[in-house]
Amino acid sequence: MQKLLLLGDEAIAQAALDAGLSGMYAYPGTPSTEIMEYIQASQQAASDSVHREWSSNEKTAMEAALGMSYAGKRAMVAMKHVGLNVAADAFINSAVTGVNGGLVVVAADDPSMHSSQNEQDSRFYGKFALVPVMEPRNQQEAYDMIFDAFALSEKFRLPVLFRITTRLAHSRSAVARREKTMQNTLSLPGNPRQFVLLPAIARKQYRALTGIYETLRTDSVLDGHNRLLEGKGRGTGIIACGIAFNYLMENIGDNYGDYNILSVGTYPLNRDKVAALVGRCDRVLVLEDGYPMIEEHLRGLLDRDVTVLGRLDGTVPRDGELNPAIVASALGLKSTCGRDVPSLVRQRPPSFCKGCGHADLYSALAEVMAEAGPGRVFSDIGCYTLGALPPYNMVNSCVDMGASVTMAVGAADAGLFPAVAVIGDSTFTHSGMTGLLDAVLKDSPITLIISDNSTTGMTGGQKSQATDRLESICLGIGVDPAHLKVIVPLRKNHEENKSVIGAELKHNGLSVILARRECIQTASRNKKAEAAEKNKSGE
Amino acid sequence: MAGVGGQGILSIAATIGLAAVEQNLFLKQAEVHGMSQRGGDVQSHLRLSDREIWSDLIPHGGADLIISVEPMEALRYLPWLSSGGWIVTSSVPYVNIPDYPEAGKVLAELDRAGNTIVLDADGIARDLGSARSGNMVILGAASSFISMPFTSLENAVRKMFSRKGEEVVAVNLKALHAGRDATGR
Repeated sequence: MQKLLLLGDEAIAQAALDAGLSGMYAYPGTPSTEIMEYIQASQQAASDSVHREWSSNEKTAMEAALGMSYAGKRAMVAMKHVGLNVAADAFINSAVTGVNGGLVVVAADDPSMHSSQNEQDSRFYGKFALVPVMEPRNQQEAYDMIFDAFALSEKFRLPVLFRITTRLAHSRSAVARREKTMQNTLSLPGNPRQFVLLPAIARKQYRALTGIYETLRTDSVLDGHNRLLEGKGRGTGIIACGIAFNYLMENIGDNYGDYNILSVGTYPLNRDKVAALVGRCDRVLVLEDGYPMIEEHLRGLLDRDVTVLGRLDGTVPRDGELNPAIVASALGLKSTCGRDVPSLVRQRPPSFCKGCGHADLYSALAEVMAEAGPGRVFSDIGCYTLGALPPYNMVNSCVDMGASVTMAVGAADAGLFPAVAVIGDSTFTHSGMTGLLDAVLKDSPITLIISDNSTTGMTGGQKSQATDRLESICLGIGVDPAHLKVIVPLRKNHEENKSVIGAELKHNGLSVILARRECIQTASRNKKAEAAEKNKSGE
Repeated sequence: MAGVGGQGILSIAATIGLAAVEQNLFLKQAEVHGMSQRGGDVQSHLRLSDREIWSDLIPHGGADLIISVEPMEALRYLPWLSSGGWIVTSSVPYVNIPDYPEAGKVLAELDRAGNTIVLDADGIARDLGSARSGNMVILGAASSFISMPFTSLENAVRKMFSRKGEEVVAVNLKALHAGRDATGR
């Protein structure tokens, strides 16, 4: 079959299409964004009429995917790790309802926080919900495992959690494709009460789920992705989860026969395989990206049956993603290193693009806020979080999607006046609207600035659900029209913008300011596309 | 591969990737997406081999070549460069931070780093009438260190830019050649 050069994300997307996907659901979030983007750009998805629109947030994506599964078709939902927090209610309960059509939930973790607020480990969600977890080692395996994920989902009637990390998501390699599977036809669940989680039904289904979970450990397909490589002699055994196996092989290469290795690709773990490994070794080194999950299990509460090395005893750093050097040091091997970075090399943090509207907004806000004093600007997740860096130094919070609005409300409840929230348009429709309703209901004395660049900018310019709707959303929620203002953050409007912001800051009630100017990146992209279109029609 | 977000190191990587596929080589290429792409330092680890590649990341001291489109960014990755490895970099600083070091000192440091080829990629591209092809000049300058025939890189450039028309293809091929010729290798 045809070989393609694909990112891990793209391999997952192509595999889902080839495995008979009917609907893809997602909200953009690094490092998961490219899964949906690939499917949206795919000719195959278009000709197979695969549903592929962005959702407002991860929860709505998860629920819509569950709905498609209810109707008997295969659905996939993708999100970054913290997105799974947003979708958690639906996700955990989907294990109790079970599925009808195959349902795969892709969670892309970001150890080392390349583009995130924490490095939570989604494998815990799998255990929490009692569902199978798959963790591919490379791009080809990511492609192949998706077929098994859908099949297992339909066999066990459970959602399957597909865990990847940034490194696999954003690394490219050749992937061989398989024959395409046809999509499922529409079919309702055999049991009309399967999805009705009234306590009496939920209790019964949850009890069944706990039983099914134990059988997962020895399922031949699921456990087939866990490989015990028995080496000669005793010494240190190694459990390597997901891509950690690559860093291990990078270091031991042709000498892998000297080690006893359990290469883990799925969870829950087969106890016999772990016992077989431990039985052959004096001590066990656990290599896993994310939290020390397997390591903690292996140690147990008493930590005395097996000598375990890993993140908890300092053999491996407690936080941050793994790499070949960390694994070399954990194995006691000498690692190489080039020259030190010369001292003249400076940090180069990310910054606003030249001509960015967020920057003009912060210039105006900084001057207005100088009078009120520091510590009053709550912000959110997006490009505008960069207002925390010099020269603006304006942003005092960045916690989770939508938190700017409600943290400002809480601080105002405590007596902080003025209190300002700065949120992006897409983040606002993701999780800011419900907080705004709280603010409306008590006429909270905050000024909410929605910095509307009409796109989801930080992840590369995906469609924003808020575009052309912000006024009607705010008015619909109940914002006073007299305190709903629109400004255009441009240098030439600087004085005028300052006076609008200044006036609303003085208002002892809720104000909303829409600072609206198209993202400079999407604007130039659209301009180029238009020019190309014109060229074409001119020929 | 090193540069600043927005400078387009990924198009150099993608071109080598296409050539590698043509040559039936194994390839892994780890990219940086997300926040750093907004004017921050970005890097891409690219590995080519005739046998299976394990790690997506190059071990420290394991890189044969640093290709950089910005001189200070080339220095940032010295811990990855093997002894005897080469640096091919643009000499043109990208100054978007207030404390960017003196350009002369950066070039002197590159000199000290050992096997280094520094060229004014933007100037060479401008002389060709295509200021945006600096990337391909750098790739051309690095081509003799990449163990693939030059023709496979040419084919990859054709594939990369074919959507944008014959003119764009021609200009980028010119840039690739100019880069190679500038090194005299």
